[in-house]
Amino acid sequence: MKGIIHILARLGRGSIFLTKILSGIPQLFLRFSLVVQQLYSVGVKTLFITMVAGLFVGMVLALQLYYTLSTFGATDTLGMLVDLSLVRELGPVVAALLFAGRAGSALTAEIGLMKATEQLSGLEMMAVDPVDRIIAPRFLAGFISMPLLAGIFSAVGILGAYSVGVDLLGVDSGAFWSQIQAKVDFYDDVFNGIIKSIVFGFIVSWIAVFEGYDCIPTSEGVSSATTRTVVNSSLAVLGMDFVLTAIMYQ
Amino acid sequence: MFRSVEISVGIFVGIGLAALFMLAMQASNLSSFTNKGAYQVSARFDNIGGLTVKSAVKAGGVKIGQVSNIDYDSETFEAIVVMNIEDKFSRFPRDTIASIFTSGLLGEQYIALEPGGDIKLLGNESEIRFTQSAMVLEQLIGQFLFSKSENNE
Repeated sequence: MKGIIHILARLGRGSIFLTKILSGIPQLFLRFSLVVQQLYSVGVKTLFITMVAGLFVGMVLALQLYYTLSTFGATDTLGMLVDLSLVRELGPVVAALLFAGRAGSALTAEIGLMKATEQLSGLEMMAVDPVDRIIAPRFLAGFISMPLLAGIFSAVGILGAYSVGVDLLGVDSGAFWSQIQAKVDFYDDVFNGIIKSIVFGFIVSWIAVFEGYDCIPTSEGVSSATTRTVVNSSLAVLGMDFVLTAIMYQ
Repeated sequence: MFRSVEISVGIFVGIGLAALFMLAMQASNLSSFTNKGAYQVSARFDNIGGLTVKSAVKAGGVKIGQVSNIDYDSETFEAIVVMNIEDKFSRFPRDTIASIFTSGLLGEQYIALEPGGDIKLLGNESEIRFTQSAMVLEQLIGQFLFSKSENNE
């Protein structure tokens, strides 16, 4: 019983915190350099791991699907299958999981340490709202980065699948692209994938900054908040992915 | 220091937008067919089989458009199929035949247009009068068994 009330209280605090962040976002456009700095630490630093992971996921997908498809003599559809699975599911989901592990944990640890070393209270003493100055730019940067990272993940994955499928396994290059362009719909597949990644970016950034802001200001509290960020945002992404898929592809 | 941060963020956003652009143009159907400026023709079929919206419309095996709407007329008990055909292929004679075929043994169904010899052309939003319905596998097997048993007697 006590546990349930505890969870509900956290959920309530998180929601109130979210409205504070959202009300702080419009004034960020006057000082966009704050967001650019966070785009660097949230987005640019996650770029490398996303591209490498996308490349290997695409290559493995091409290998696995090729061996299954070759038993049906349908290897021409390899490109289409890889594209659909990347654009619809793997791109947004795996990029969001990587983002939670690489950028979300760093956000929580940074904000948590600021709280533990009383930098946030210091800002408040100087009549600077820490939510507007510290939290909102990080949240907005995560929200902007996520769709871009998911798009990069899918695009690199398709190129990886092309290199394995066409150059290594001998699928026809023309069939690879023409099957993709014939069967993958822009609005149903690509656009819905982008919507998914926008939702995931929102969820992961929200959980990360909230856990950091809400943590117990000790070294142990910061470490458990970082763990919670990764666990909770991964589970939230996977659960939300099921809901979104059920809505989008009825 | 801050300058290099700005540049790397610029590169990041640039790569991201390029990736989204590639997904849109190269890895989906956005570039291959647009409904803008397409001209519409409808046709009535007794049975459309597995035809769906966005099925291909082909002439001579070349994709020239797609099915945009399927409806059922409860007065004449026929299916009405509306097709969007690309503008540059709009010069079909009035006695064109529309048939529903299957690509391959288990492939998708599509509409094949066979041009006739009429001098007058099909206008925009006109109706194709000569149609041939889809082959339904169960009907074919039924006919085959029927003719087989007739032969045996």
